[in-house]
Amino acid sequence: MKIIRIILSFISAVVILFSTSVVSFAKVVGDKIVLGAAISLTGKYSSNGVHTQNGYNMAVDRINSMGGVKVGGKTYKFEIIYYDDESNPKRAAQLAERLISQDGVEFMLGPYSSGLTKAIAPVTEKYGVPMVEANGASRSLFTKGYKYLFAVLAPANLYLDVAIDLAVEKNNGKPVTVAMAFEQDAFSQDVRLGVLDAIKRTGSKKVIDDKLPKELNDMAATLVKVKQMKPDVLVVSGHTKGALTAIRQIAEMKVDVPMLAMTHCDAAKLSKQHGKNSQYALCASQWHKTLTYKDNFFKDGMTYAADFEKEFGYDPPYQSAESSAALLVFKDAFERANSFDQKKVRDALAATNMQTFYGNIKFAEGGQNVDKPMVLFQVMCDGSGKCENKVVAPTKWASAKLIHPIPKWSER
Amino acid sequence: MDFMVFQYPMITVQACLDGLLLGILFALIAYGMALQWGVMNIINIAQGDLVILGGYIAYFMYLYGIHPAWGVIVSPIIMYFIGVGIYKLVINKVVDRDLFISILATFGISILFMQLMNFAFGADVVLANSGYGTTMLFDNNVTLPNSKIFSAVISIVFAIGLVIYMKKSKLGRAIRATAQNSRAAKILGVDTEKVYAATFGINAALCGVAGALISITFTIHPYMGLPYTIRSFMIVIVAGLGNLPGVAMSGMGLGVFEEFADYILGTEFRIGAVFLLLVLILVYRRFKLSRKREYLK
Repeated sequence: MKIIRIILSFISAVVILFSTSVVSFAKVVGDKIVLGAAISLTGKYSSNGVHTQNGYNMAVDRINSMGGVKVGGKTYKFEIIYYDDESNPKRAAQLAERLISQDGVEFMLGPYSSGLTKAIAPVTEKYGVPMVEANGASRSLFTKGYKYLFAVLAPANLYLDVAIDLAVEKNNGKPVTVAMAFEQDAFSQDVRLGVLDAIKRTGSKKVIDDKLPKELNDMAATLVKVKQMKPDVLVVSGHTKGALTAIRQIAEMKVDVPMLAMTHCDAAKLSKQHGKNSQYALCASQWHKTLTYKDNFFKDGMTYAADFEKEFGYDPPYQSAESSAALLVFKDAFERANSFDQKKVRDALAATNMQTFYGNIKFAEGGQNVDKPMVLFQVMCDGSGKCENKVVAPTKWASAKLIHPIPKWSER
Repeated sequence: MDFMVFQYPMITVQACLDGLLLGILFALIAYGMALQWGVMNIINIAQGDLVILGGYIAYFMYLYGIHPAWGVIVSPIIMYFIGVGIYKLVINKVVDRDLFISILATFGISILFMQLMNFAFGADVVLANSGYGTTMLFDNNVTLPNSKIFSAVISIVFAIGLVIYMKKSKLGRAIRATAQNSRAAKILGVDTEKVYAATFGINAALCGVAGALISITFTIHPYMGLPYTIRSFMIVIVAGLGNLPGVAMSGMGLGVFEEFADYILGTEFRIGAVFLLLVLILVYRRFKLSRKREYLK
């Protein structure tokens, strides 16, 4: 009996082994172009991971239903293999390796966050697999000389320098004083570098330069300094936690500052969680639905937002929009390359110059998108306490006028 | 180095008050840890995760339109039963083993809780708004959010309530007896199993209160538990085991120390400064102990 059991378990082990490893996808199976993606479906990035996945899926469905991708006179449909990277960079790198060497994927989509993209990029680079990513903005991604990495989004150092320019403009072109509070992670520090550049360029002065810890839950000390130094602009970047903490404590401590600029406002659902307290905050965003960019698949931002809401039941954050744009870029590159050769597709990607509903896309040498400026929106509330994000800069797309300076707390 | 905090007296006052209010809240969490450490000899790594879970209870009440302040009553009740449940499932199997096993077990519980909370509540950072407003002092130069004052008051009320309960009630006496000598207590008819379960439950309930307060004053997130565990661990170490008034003092002291470190060294060294203090205190303790030993010899 014992021997039979051993033999049985041996056979089942072999069967399991085969069933997982033999089924391997090639780059193009029949009429399908198979893309691979490691996405954070669990772990600390899971909500943004899901936004990313929804964006990818939405674009795949749309492109497939509108005729697919035409290469060599034949029509192909997109398909994506997803793996859950558990928000863990090591796991993401392993999965990239698995997607490429085991599943035979020859084209990749990016994961969520700069950190995970940084983990995956060396792998895709090693195998010469073109990767279009939509959620890694850290400047360091674009200075390593990667040849196969393309990002549809603007790099992190451009997030908040617009705010400094805006403050100087509002100050009649004269330099301003800036207070900065940035988390100590790659992304936020890149945003900080951008702000420092803008300060230098405009001849402005930084009066506070605080680094927030990762386990940040209290920035009262920074805000007390702000009250004392009375800067013209307060800039905060510390992911959703930073945005929520800043608004809560600014309101509680009644900190008056003429301009407040932040990142991650829409991911933090600022206006929903804080209501009127978040009013007048300026937020850097890659995309906003009211922008008037157009393409043939999603038409424009408003249509995209409506379609997205119909399918997934919530207003699309920019993470979803940029992820959808990544697929449009791939389709365009495949058709221009008219081939599935990785080198040719890579060259076609490098030569991309197109407009999507998300913005213009044109890649620089390092792979970052240089044709799409960041936008700043301001949280604006009406009398009933309903708050909305309205684009205020750059002026070309502004749907509302910037309210500046922010009214004092005693006057609200 | 920035000594702005001493140049403006108002900032000094502000830093002291902020630190005190923060410290009192931390002391409440440390209080539970000290209790359970003293009675059961268990270092609970999942302490912070219990806090966060308590915070989510208050947050969900807030979502359903109930004022989150009621969380300080509802959350400890639910958390008490969760605590007893964890004890019955896991802790009772490790309670008599050595410290390492219990650390490992509670570490496992911590990871499990993080993932379950992430699964159930999502990875978004959330908070509950109390709408309590702000108290302005000294000609509007010092601001104290009422939510922080509320947290401190509630923490003090619960801490005092617990001390009285431990002194006066039958279960409280049983807990103290078990802490002193569990075998002797057993012989004298104390059901130590029950005492352990109740202790773990009370600890979880205290975490529940603290969590509800944190959701009102700060933010909560499934992965944010560890800093609370570390801080309460530190407070207990500084105070010494079984020294409940010491826990309150070291909690407040640590809060103020942290706040000043933030101003002087910069926010990035805030936690680092606390760790440095811990190391210094441990070295000092060791030094003092060895002197004592020499003297005894």
